[in-house]
Amino acid sequence: MVADNAMVLNFFGLPWEAAFIDSAISNTLLLLACLLVMNTLRYYLPSGKQYINIFSICLFLTIVWLLLTKLLLRVSLNHYPGYNELLHHSLSIRFSIAFLLLGCVTMISILWYTQQDQKEKDERKTDAEKLAKEAELFKLRQQLQPHFLFNSLNSINALIGSRPEEARKMVQQLSDFLRGTIKKEDTQWVTLQEELQYLQLYLDIEKVRFGNRLNTEIEIDESTKQLKLPALLLQPIVENAIKFGLYDTIGDTVIRLYARKDGDNLVIKVQNPFDPATSSPRQGTGFGLKSVQRRLYLLFARTDLLTTEAKENIFTTVVKIPQGQ
Amino acid sequence: MSKVIIIDDEPLARSIVTEYLQKHPQLELMQECGDGFEGLKAIQQHQPDLIFLDIQMPKITGFEMLELIEQPPAVIFTTAFDEFAIKAFEAHAVDYLLKPFDQQRFDKAIAKWSEQNSGSTDKATRDLLESASLSPSQSQRIVVKNGSKIKIIPVHDVQYLEAADDYVKIHTQEGYFLKNKTMAHFEQSLDGQQFVRSHRSYIVNVQHITRIDPYEKDNHVAILRSGTKVPVSRSGYGKLKDVLGL
Repeated sequence: MVADNAMVLNFFGLPWEAAFIDSAISNTLLLLACLLVMNTLRYYLPSGKQYINIFSICLFLTIVWLLLTKLLLRVSLNHYPGYNELLHHSLSIRFSIAFLLLGCVTMISILWYTQQDQKEKDERKTDAEKLAKEAELFKLRQQLQPHFLFNSLNSINALIGSRPEEARKMVQQLSDFLRGTIKKEDTQWVTLQEELQYLQLYLDIEKVRFGNRLNTEIEIDESTKQLKLPALLLQPIVENAIKFGLYDTIGDTVIRLYARKDGDNLVIKVQNPFDPATSSPRQGTGFGLKSVQRRLYLLFARTDLLTTEAKENIFTTVVKIPQGQ
Repeated sequence: MSKVIIIDDEPLARSIVTEYLQKHPQLELMQECGDGFEGLKAIQQHQPDLIFLDIQMPKITGFEMLELIEQPPAVIFTTAFDEFAIKAFEAHAVDYLLKPFDQQRFDKAIAKWSEQNSGSTDKATRDLLESASLSPSQSQRIVVKNGSKIKIIPVHDVQYLEAADDYVKIHTQEGYFLKNKTMAHFEQSLDGQQFVRSHRSYIVNVQHITRIDPYEKDNHVAILRSGTKVPVSRSGYGKLKDVLGL
């Protein structure tokens, strides 16, 4: 830029040496003005309506630059014949070039820093969203029914007196079950086989509590055993089915669980009996299923993965888990 | 000798009460029941002095079962309900035992009952039922006795309620059922956005109304989907308009 400038000045009849000095002085000063603008904008970004201020500042800086340059050039290059004349004539051109350049630098800086700022904001936002999502998933997973815990402890209490061996076994099952809820991550995927082992702990405890009333039938296609699903997804669905089945009917209750592969989905069906005459199906889809629905939404951004159906006296909950995640 | 019945759907929960009862030879265990229906029969048969009652049970809750008894016995609740849920009934029940509980706590409850046993527990149990049926979870259905059968009516099946002396007639598609309660009780316990006291003697389910016609000079009449006409007084008409957003 210094060279360009010098060439132009040389063209207008100024000796090379003088042209270079002139150009060096004016361009250095202009560079300083640009740096000043850039540095200011880095810490202070104008909001939308302040563009007129930016324009004024550019104008002001250009004028200051021009006066300074003129002063310095006069002092240092005065001895060249005809230089003052040339300087005087070129002032308007110098002014417009400097103003344009400063304007451009300002615009670019504003754009750049605004973008930087936005990027940071976005990052913060996604971070916050991620944290919120994790916290929510954690909460949903932790919502173990306190009823279940207290009633299980009550059963253990009863067993201690009459059948201490069984009490000991149930303490072990309950501990394994609780440990399972604590150690698993939400984002963790487990195979259906692992999830069923964990579910079995829960079912064993419930069977001790409810005695002969509770029966389960589990039918799993061999091909589904190694398919994956988010950890701890099945237990609340089965818990809901058990509660619904046991509290809505008298006598023995059979809870059925089927798993099969359908295209890219692992499809799990849980069935419980209910009494259509006395319960509105809405009540059956209590908190348990709502939290499962929410969890599926957070994990897959889909709301169609959990469906329920009440037909005759059987309530069916179907959950689809897309594979290949 | 006092007669005792245990009503709880979990066999082990019953057995712990049985075990603790062994320390109290003055109490004779008449029967153990696994649900409210059995409990009801046993209470009628044995006329116990004290019952141990779980709240969450199949088909009908402990509260709903008590509602169906003319002269309920003294009640000690045994439940895993959290304390907040049970606090409301604390003043009226003899006591409540939060599962799991130990022999000491159990003995304390029995002692409390023995003290109260000299006085009348009938009123206390009635008060208890009143506060229980006012809790929101109770207003989803109404449990009535129909001869020897127990009928659970989901509130959305109720067309309207009609005052009839000491009873309230609960009209449904299958006819009406009688319940020994007041209109004021139902007006309070049922959802005000669904059930409107349209008349001194009528509460109507707005979801069953197809239209409202003028009737005589100041009055109106609500026509239900079933074709039944339910009287609407002037103030009742105002309330209906509010709820229906007219």
